Amino acid sequence: MDGVTRQGRVHRVDGPLVEAHDLPEASMYEVVELGEQRIPAEVVAIDGTKLTLQAFEYTGGLMAGDVVRRTGRPLSARLGPGLLGRVFDGLLRPLSSAPTWLSPQTLASGEQQSTRWHFVPNAAPGEELRPGALLGVVADTGAIEHRVLVPPGVSGELRYLAEAGKVPEGAAVARIGPTEIGLFEQWPVRRPRPFAFREETFAPLHTGQRVLDLLFPIGAGSSTAVPGGFGTGKTVLLQQLAKWCDADVIVYVGCGERGNEMADVLGDLAELTDPRTGGRMIDRTVILANTSNMPMMAREASVFTAITVAEYFRDMGYHVVVVADSTSRWAEALREFASRTGALPAEEGYPADLSSSLAAFYERAGRVRTEGGRVAAVTVVGAVSPPGGDLTEPVTTATERFVRGVWSLDRDLAYSRHYPAVSWSASYSHDAEAVAAWQSGHGNPGWAARRARAMTVLAEAARLSELAEIVGTRTLPGRERMTILGGRLLRDAVLAQSALSPVDATCSGERGAALLQLVLDVVDRCMTLVDRGVAATEVEQFDFGALVRAREEAPDLAVCRTAITTALEALA
Amino acid sequence: MNDLEYGDVRSLEGSLLVVRGVRGAGWDESAVIRVDDGSERHGVVLEVADDLAVLQVLEGTAGMRPGGVRVRFSGSPFRVPLGRAWLGRTCDGRGEPLDGGPPILGTATAAVNGWPLNPVEREPPREPVLTGVSGIDALTTVVRGQKLPIFSVPGLPHLRLATQIAAQSSAAGDPFVVVFAAMGLPHADIDFVRTALDERAAAGELVMVLNSADDPVIERLLTPRIALTVAEQLAFVEGSHVLVVMSDMTSYCEAVREVAAARQEIPARRAYPGYLYSDLASLYERCGRIRGRPGSVTIMPVLTMPAGDITHPVPDLTGYITEGQIVLAEELNARGLYPPLDVLGSLSRLMRHGAGPGRTRDDHLEIAAQAVAALARARQAAELADLIGTGALSDTDRGYLAYATALEDSLLRQRPDDCRTFDDTLDRLWQAVSVLPRRELTMVSKALLASHLPAAGAR
Repeated sequence: MDGVTRQGRVHRVDGPLVEAHDLPEASMYEVVELGEQRIPAEVVAIDGTKLTLQAFEYTGGLMAGDVVRRTGRPLSARLGPGLLGRVFDGLLRPLSSAPTWLSPQTLASGEQQSTRWHFVPNAAPGEELRPGALLGVVADTGAIEHRVLVPPGVSGELRYLAEAGKVPEGAAVARIGPTEIGLFEQWPVRRPRPFAFREETFAPLHTGQRVLDLLFPIGAGSSTAVPGGFGTGKTVLLQQLAKWCDADVIVYVGCGERGNEMADVLGDLAELTDPRTGGRMIDRTVILANTSNMPMMAREASVFTAITVAEYFRDMGYHVVVVADSTSRWAEALREFASRTGALPAEEGYPADLSSSLAAFYERAGRVRTEGGRVAAVTVVGAVSPPGGDLTEPVTTATERFVRGVWSLDRDLAYSRHYPAVSWSASYSHDAEAVAAWQSGHGNPGWAARRARAMTVLAEAARLSELAEIVGTRTLPGRERMTILGGRLLRDAVLAQSALSPVDATCSGERGAALLQLVLDVVDRCMTLVDRGVAATEVEQFDFGALVRAREEAPDLAVCRTAITTALEALA
Repeated sequence: MNDLEYGDVRSLEGSLLVVRGVRGAGWDESAVIRVDDGSERHGVVLEVADDLAVLQVLEGTAGMRPGGVRVRFSGSPFRVPLGRAWLGRTCDGRGEPLDGGPPILGTATAAVNGWPLNPVEREPPREPVLTGVSGIDALTTVVRGQKLPIFSVPGLPHLRLATQIAAQSSAAGDPFVVVFAAMGLPHADIDFVRTALDERAAAGELVMVLNSADDPVIERLLTPRIALTVAEQLAFVEGSHVLVVMSDMTSYCEAVREVAAARQEIPARRAYPGYLYSDLASLYERCGRIRGRPGSVTIMPVLTMPAGDITHPVPDLTGYITEGQIVLAEELNARGLYPPLDVLGSLSRLMRHGAGPGRTRDDHLEIAAQAVAALARARQAAELADLIGTGALSDTDRGYLAYATALEDSLLRQRPDDCRTFDDTLDRLWQAVSVLPRRELTMVSKALLASHLPAAGAR
């Protein structure tokens, strides 16, 4: 390829914006390398002989006249075994083996590895194979079986398949027609990996967080946004999801967020045991870290890299959850670069294609039948950090149009230290009905009614509390005071959940349902008591401590119910 | 180092100097500019295009004219010397001594921008910095390696509080150093800080980098970077726990805006440039600890919220990057409470890692959580009382009002020269909480209540 060996010259450098000349064959979105440090950059515009490049690294020291080399391929991720349990940057370069301080040179040198993988074949030479067919498996770190598949776009007769045994990293393990297939493949991150069709069947995602599972559940393959101002506990909620949701694989992308948090996620996941496999939680997780002080443009690439990795595991038949914290920082990277190129700004300086970029990301979620015939899903949970907590800003409003659910975090709840601070008035899930139908078909016919009752009590309690602030609690009728009490009990005993408590950090579907039922029954009992003439004040001053602490102290709920009911009965 | 000098000036505008005919100047390198009035100035390359180099002149372009300027490029970004020679010293926003002492010499130099710390190499923060200020130690504990800002408004004693913290903080007997970066502070404030931290300077535990309100704006951008570069070395090489106090970040951000405007960049919110978040992160993210190395860098930025607006870009972006915030309230200050800590608005996100069993005291986290939740309830009761009168409140709500008063009097109120021990602080907290009926204390375990709650007679 003659065009690839040709070198161009840097003409202008303005931070991550670089202009180059003399590369006539370079195409849009192709990756080129700048200068002796070989800083990766992407072609974002071509005007005559002038190329506009977006550099993914700090360009300090880059001069006019420095060489520009073509790579001949678009921005791609190197997919293969060894992803799980490790940490990468936004371009999927390993950080686990990189040095303490990250400079362009040190990152580039970290790419070479020479691991040997144990391959076990699972096909027979002579078979006619289509994309997605299983060739064999490779032993990776944890309990997740790494399946080597026929890559997209390749089909034909299997001419060669490696025997069981250690395979060096670069070697071919199979040959289909003329195509050699190795353990690794390059996939352009901005192009979705193909699948057969979107599934019509439904399966819920269990998150382990009661407020989500009981009130705003979503399905596998769905997408949700988590908008919240700073200090509303967004990151802790996302970390809880990454730890406890029932997916097979988690891709956690820290996009423009805090370094200490990434260290925390890493430390926590390494210590936790996955209750389903007995292995370490970290072994089902791929972490992409592009902290806020790392190069801005790699941040822009990181969300696409993450979803590409997710699709790769989806194709193996797994349910993958992508947790992106935070999509706002990614949008800001888009804005920063757009302003450097002089693009016409739309709302708040964001480029006009902001919503199509967001759609390109969220629409890659889905529960699908893969090319290999497996039912698998990519679920996307994206944090949104609205400036000033203003939910009318462009990133939030554009995101809301593309997601199935919104878990909105409320500053007032966080202010009173109610975590997770998921607002029950501002959140929603379009999947709630589908989850209700699924629960009903899986032995929980009361699920929808219980959710409806809880939502009603919460809404009524909020309305009455506002009223009580004007007229005083004492002037309200007894039943209404019991509704306010009910709202408080639901909030403290069911919806609040301690991320720190070893018992309460996650909650099974059955236990969550039982706890909600118990609280609703206690509320009903309180109503009955005031109906029978017990003073509302007396019920309000009753010590509900045992009920509120039940989620953390994990008593036998039947015993707890009897104790509270008996004590309440004594009021009458 | 590039020995060639360039003197072909194409244009001069504001603090920008554009030279022509340049070969081999890289983006972001520093340069020395000799002016024919005899002065030597410093510049940073903002853009290169063919043979043009756009330089930002740190000391300003006053007196420069085409034909009267010689530019020499250094071949690397702006650097400062490193090492223990900094201890006890005071310098300006270019690293030049302000204390009458000799130039600061180090064993090595480093670029002030620093490199991002590999997230994998970070050690999660785990131990507290004890400030001796009860409200902070008890309810928003500062953790070594954390970034925790003070949000204030003009007229509040934030500088007094930051200085008190700088003077009193310690790390359980381990070597402790304070680096104070002043950005755009009035001279009177700088004098106040210097006097208040005199003892710390004399003990060789203080480095000051000072950029006063009338110093060059461009140097204001370098000031925190010099402070952090020095701090990183003292922490991660010399093994000290370093607290970097940076005041006032609002002036810093205005300097960023001023420079961006001079470069005719497209403005984003309130005319601040779109990269303000990344720029602030490049400072704040330099806190932390590193695996296998002693020492830590803790950052405490101080910022004044214009018109008290917490959604203004400066506090807003800061809040998104930092691990919590300490908020000061005008209303408390007006009532004569020092420090005027808005407990409910304040939060230390890392507190749960740096406090509690094995870090501070076994009862700390539970009683602190209870104290804050009870204060939230007390505020609701107070709002209700404003509408319907205290008399119409329930006994429970009146109990919460009494608790809020007790918390202010026994825990929060403190003299600016009073350094309280941690045990004293927590005992005061228990005293305040004991005002509440016991049935309301649902967040503290029975065992801790039994061992710590003061007996009814002592209340």
